[in-house]
Amino acid sequence: MLKGRSLIEPMDLSVEELKEILDLADKIVDNPLEYVDACKGKILATLFYEPSTRTRLSFEAAMLRLGGAIMGFSSANSSSAAKGESVADTIRTIACYADIAAIRHPKEGAAKVAAMSTDMPVINAGDGGHQHPTQTLTDLLTIRSLKGSLDNFTIGLCGDLKFGRTVHSLIKALSRYSNIKFVLISPDELKVPEYIREDILIKNGLEFEEVERLENVISQLDVLYMTRVQRERFFNEADYIRLKDSYILDMEKLEMAKKDLIILHPLPRVNEISIEVDKDPRASYFKQAKYGMFVRMALIIKLLGVEK
Amino acid sequence: MNIDSVQKGLVIDHIKAGKSMEIYKYLSLDKMDCSVAIIQNAKSRKLGKKDIIKVENNITMDLTVLGFIDPNITINVIDNGVIIKKINCGLPSEIINVVKCKNPRCITSIEQEIQHIFKLTDKENKIYRCIYCDTCYDNN
Ligand SMILES: [Zn+2]
Repeated sequence: MLKGRSLIEPMDLSVEELKEILDLADKIVDNPLEYVDACKGKILATLFYEPSTRTRLSFEAAMLRLGGAIMGFSSANSSSAAKGESVADTIRTIACYADIAAIRHPKEGAAKVAAMSTDMPVINAGDGGHQHPTQTLTDLLTIRSLKGSLDNFTIGLCGDLKFGRTVHSLIKALSRYSNIKFVLISPDELKVPEYIREDILIKNGLEFEEVERLENVISQLDVLYMTRVQRERFFNEADYIRLKDSYILDMEKLEMAKKDLIILHPLPRVNEISIEVDKDPRASYFKQAKYGMFVRMALIIKLLGVEK
Repeated sequence: MNIDSVQKGLVIDHIKAGKSMEIYKYLSLDKMDCSVAIIQNAKSRKLGKKDIIKVENNITMDLTVLGFIDPNITINVIDNGVIIKKINCGLPSEIINVVKCKNPRCITSIEQEIQHIFKLTDKENKIYRCIYCDTCYDNN
């Protein structure tokens, strides 16, 4: 039963529950007009303690397309946090007004604290460098829709694998499907953290390799997941400048890739994918953004338990 | 060295030599109104050297934390001068407000009222992780 539950990390959902959500998303994609009143009379609160316009708008668009209403704040200084209110107190108050909440916070575990403090369903919309489960749902829906299945492929994850929360969530979620090979492409300084390597990859006996250069492995990939190397994750400017251009996807590298590769990116991109790549049919990152809205629609319906 | 035997209370035995003061602190024995004897570097067949803590009184306290500090510790419950129960602590599945998460990016670093909770995620390697941020607790 998904009704009344919270989603804090991808592993909160069983493979069956994930399938339930993705199947509903498929139905919404096929027939969006069927769902225009699904959440009529319901309110989604978007509690964004740090700005992320893209994620917030995706949630809000999802709720609006379901006929629901939205409220919330989009940065910490416009919220009660500026006056020193705890996350727990804020969510308890919001629960008096809203039916479901999406929370984004710069500190790891903030969404978990929120979910532990209320019976209202809470969706983690990103907690620092930690988890971002709806991005993962987006990625899974995109891969399943474009590849036809969530089994039997080789996925390359490229860029900032240390702080990139979307990568961590995706690896966790994909670890439960069969015959997936992970190729982790990053500079030594930005490799996946030890808890992902030890507790997810090694513990589950998954096939993976860690490499430094995209061009050496791009030909074996079915899915390429690019991430941004974020300036604010670096402690000094020199490191950022030295590394930021190391992992750029351009047509020259793409020449070596499979014809049916799909290229994903959580967006926004800076320069890690050249603009010239956008015209290539393998570029799937804008489709991915659309799938993100559909999967959030499915998730909201499921957690509210308003499916017809 | 002669320490009176305990009539009623606890004998915390097989403490790794040198760890007794840490345990004294974790159990807040300094704040309790009872006599406590700490024996350091006692001879042990099992460990070579060990520490022992004897607590005289009818006290109740949360002893599960001892398993987190050192799962080899044994606890003897004494009444009328005889051992009435032996407890092997083992690893607790959860520890609450015993140690703090050291991750500066963790929500517990900015909100004081949140309980610091760690869960045992890997029994074999004795790994505890913060339930909020997944950072593993480093015992050293
Ligand atoms: Zn923590």
